[in-house]
Amino acid sequence: MSVSTMEAALLLAGVLFMLGLISVLIRRNIIFMLISVEIMLNAAGLAFIVAGSKWVQPDGQVMFIFILTMAAAEVSVGLALILQIYHQLKTLDSDAANFMKG
Amino acid sequence: MELTFYIAAAVAILSTIMVITRYNIIHALLYLVVSFLAVAVVFFTLGAPFMAALEIIIYAGAIVVLIIFVIMMLNLTQEDVQREKEWLKPSVWVGPAILSAVLLAELVYIVAAGTPPQTEAVVAVDARLVGLSLFGPYILGVQLCGILLTAGIVGAYHLGRQKKKVIHRFLQERSAAA
Repeated sequence: MSVSTMEAALLLAGVLFMLGLISVLIRRNIIFMLISVEIMLNAAGLAFIVAGSKWVQPDGQVMFIFILTMAAAEVSVGLALILQIYHQLKTLDSDAANFMKG
Repeated sequence: MELTFYIAAAVAILSTIMVITRYNIIHALLYLVVSFLAVAVVFFTLGAPFMAALEIIIYAGAIVVLIIFVIMMLNLTQEDVQREKEWLKPSVWVGPAILSAVLLAELVYIVAAGTPPQTEAVVAVDARLVGLSLFGPYILGVQLCGILLTAGIVGAYHLGRQKKKVIHRFLQERSAAA
């Protein structure tokens, strides 16, 4: 694997992260925003894997396992929050949940 | 091997673009699975086969299935797709897209202009090394991950719990009247 491929893999991680960021910014459906956060986490994990492959160290893959764990915990709590929002507001519009109640 | 990488990278980018432009959320999830599979192929070409397996099992398996179950619980209909179409107007997405593209251009410039290090062949880091590292120097991280997952379980249970049902029907009528 040549250096250009490593750079291309880093660029791939950057492109995927940017696509997720764009989707978080432009979407109003809250499930799509959660999916975009998953895309961004995945891109970050890809960058770690690239670094671990570059220096032939297991640390990158260890970090990817941590990211995977965090993504699983995050998506479960996020989906529970989405269910609560849908039951309270009867919509998936993230703009509908822009006021605090306390 | 390099050709495999470039094809998988192209598939990943294209399917991710399809994910963020779909109106129907199930279609978006199907493209998301394709995107994760493509990234798993990229992991494989980068010499991380164990991570490729984990990517498929956890991301394309567990997380996507979880999202699909929640969508099934929400009972979305065709008019939701129409409303999604109204929400995603060009005036909404042009600005953030351009700004993010500028950031990506900077990143491309930085990576391309960096000093290229010496070349070396790809060496697979197998699961044994990862396990030794995980339960050696990173044991604290593993324990923190366990705490995080426990907090996730408890939090998801607490947040996802419905309101307590009133047992008696007379009490239910009174609470509905009140």
